[in-house]
Amino acid sequence: MSIVYRILFSSALLVAAFNLRAQTPAGMAMIPEGNYLPLYAGNNRTSVAPFYIDKHPVTNGEFLKFLESEPGWKKSAVKRLFADEGYLKHWVSDGMYRSAEKNSPVVNISWFAAKKYCECQGKRLPTTAEWERVAEAGWTVADGSREPGFNEWILAMASKPAPRSLPAVGTTKANYYGVWDMHGLVWEWTLDFNSIMSTGESRAATGSGDGLFCAGGSATSGDVSNYAAFLRYALRSSLKAGHVLQNLGFRCAADKK
Amino acid sequence: MTRSFLRLIIGISALLLFQTLLSSCSQGGKSGEEDRIGREYNVTEIKGEEIAVLTPPPFVPPPITRNYATKVIVELEVIEHEMELADGVSYMFWTFGGTVPGSFIRIREGDFVEFHLKNHPDNKLPHNIDLHAVTGQGGGAEASFVAPGYEATFNFTALNPGLYVYHCATAPVGMHIANGMYGLILVEPKEGLPKVDKEFYVMQGDFYTTGNYGESGLQPFDMNKAIREQADYVVFNGRVGALTGNNVLKAKTGETVRLFVGNGGPNLVSSFHVIGEVFDNVYMEGGRLKNHDIQTTLIPAGGSAITEFKVEVPGNFILVDHSIFRAFNKGALGILAVEGEENDRIFSHKTEPYTYIPETRIARAEPAGGTTEPAPELSMEEQLILGKKLYEVNCAACHLPDGKGVAGIFPPLAASDYMSGNPDKAIAAVVNGLSGEIKVNGVNYNNVMPKQTLTDTETAAVLNFIYATMNKSETRVTATQVRKIRK
Repeated sequence: MSIVYRILFSSALLVAAFNLRAQTPAGMAMIPEGNYLPLYAGNNRTSVAPFYIDKHPVTNGEFLKFLESEPGWKKSAVKRLFADEGYLKHWVSDGMYRSAEKNSPVVNISWFAAKKYCECQGKRLPTTAEWERVAEAGWTVADGSREPGFNEWILAMASKPAPRSLPAVGTTKANYYGVWDMHGLVWEWTLDFNSIMSTGESRAATGSGDGLFCAGGSATSGDVSNYAAFLRYALRSSLKAGHVLQNLGFRCAADKK
Repeated sequence: MTRSFLRLIIGISALLLFQTLLSSCSQGGKSGEEDRIGREYNVTEIKGEEIAVLTPPPFVPPPITRNYATKVIVELEVIEHEMELADGVSYMFWTFGGTVPGSFIRIREGDFVEFHLKNHPDNKLPHNIDLHAVTGQGGGAEASFVAPGYEATFNFTALNPGLYVYHCATAPVGMHIANGMYGLILVEPKEGLPKVDKEFYVMQGDFYTTGNYGESGLQPFDMNKAIREQADYVVFNGRVGALTGNNVLKAKTGETVRLFVGNGGPNLVSSFHVIGEVFDNVYMEGGRLKNHDIQTTLIPAGGSAITEFKVEVPGNFILVDHSIFRAFNKGALGILAVEGEENDRIFSHKTEPYTYIPETRIARAEPAGGTTEPAPELSMEEQLILGKKLYEVNCAACHLPDGKGVAGIFPPLAASDYMSGNPDKAIAAVVNGLSGEIKVNGVNYNNVMPKQTLTDTETAAVLNFIYATMNKSETRVTATQVRKIRK
């Protein structure tokens, strides 16, 4: 009797698992509904609806394919309004990257270009809340701050010189959700990179973005020792949508239907 | 007659009184300016334009000879790069101008500054600058906040004269400062600083690394140690040895020296002292208050001091943070090497040491030499690395970094016939001390060397370092040999 139940139960689980996998688009990971602690939200965790996110940052190879269908975003054709000088400057020509960098993350990319790329894939850029929710995960647990050595590892990566040539995606470590390279490879654009106010209600009470300078940030931060997050928030707030940086790439996300 | 005489007296008195009033008035005017609250009087007509000369430490740009305010263009580049924090220890420094501390900036009170902060495209992080000399939002922090590969510009008038710290103020601020993002800007007073023969730029900073002091390789920043304020390194000018060996500051006897001293922190307050000198003048905290005859001046993190003195006699004058473990165990040590004529009236080396026989015996516990455990022996490679460090800390102060010693006072260890003799004697000198007359390379010495507090293994390492590098000798000693000689 109990064996029958057990078989029924486990096949139900299998079906459920199969369905789940069937729904998750290729190359993406499903992030269940949950919450995360924004840097500037005091101790208020913010809930995030379920969504999909690319397992890897977008590569040079993938971006070249996009340019074939969207030639207006080539180095030679892009409008200065949408990308500063230096856009794709690591490529050897309009349609060629260094062959060794095919699977390296595409960088020197403006927010406009990143956004367009994702839209052409039927996706979108992740919000800062979504990105940070994924980034909060450690290698084996959903809350990386509980994982010994995790924050130290992120900071150690920041203490390393930038390599002359970026390594391929998927060469750091996969996190709890099976998502790679959230830390230690490149910075990544988010949809609302320039609106840290949207990540927490308590920001409104503290005024403008000057919290990122001097002591302001610490006064309102939920976790004053989360230096890795401070680095990311500072980087985002230094950006304008046309900026292109040697260490700034992106990945896409999608709503969970 | 009497009346006219009286009138004369009154007249003269009145004149004298008037003069006294006049002179006290002009004195009052000068001291009055600095006592005033508000410095808007320094917003004056700007004549001309010039590009600021920036210098890496320990150099200082030339004094300002202008007697008017001008527009000064400062172009400072942020560079993140790997440099040595100590021999064999590298660190990912974040810098203003490529050096730690950053480039020295020298402007004049009342100058109008157009400041360009350039963030090199190879950098990973956004940066900015907070100049303590600036009156305005964050000392320029928000206005200069800039992503890698971009440049920010802002303007300010230098309202207050003084020696000011500048630093990066991007979150996480502590980490940016801990990685070396600080420097000094001198706003020279309108009347200028008195002329001196030598000016130097020295800045202290504390560093926090994953490995302990001296652990080799690329050492990442250790956030937890920084928060606990447990520095692994406390150094002048960005690295252990920045002001020793081939990099000593140099002066000649009779010269006047001015040190522009800053403290970047991030955490520690400096007890700045120069061994063997007294500061004739100290501009306290880098401001206008001048104190005299100072042994040790306190320099807060994010603060400065200007010290002035004349080097009357030759010798190596050691710059230290007199919070003294930082000097001897964490690197806060520099040398001002002064050459020139001795002046026996001020200081004489020539006092003969003589034996001191105390009347009473001090009861002591026997040293822990009685242990039967064998002393650990290291590989020769390990010994040479350890020996070099031990030499710098224990031997270099007297026998000098190159081992050449001081003729007649401290015998040479390099190319030394004492060292090429019986190694047991060399061991004995280190572990048991040495006093009385000896002859080394034909020169007589009659001095006292105290016994060194080194373990058997350490003694072997430092001696083997001296043999191998300073004497090109095949002689090697072991910790076991040292154990036998130790009294």
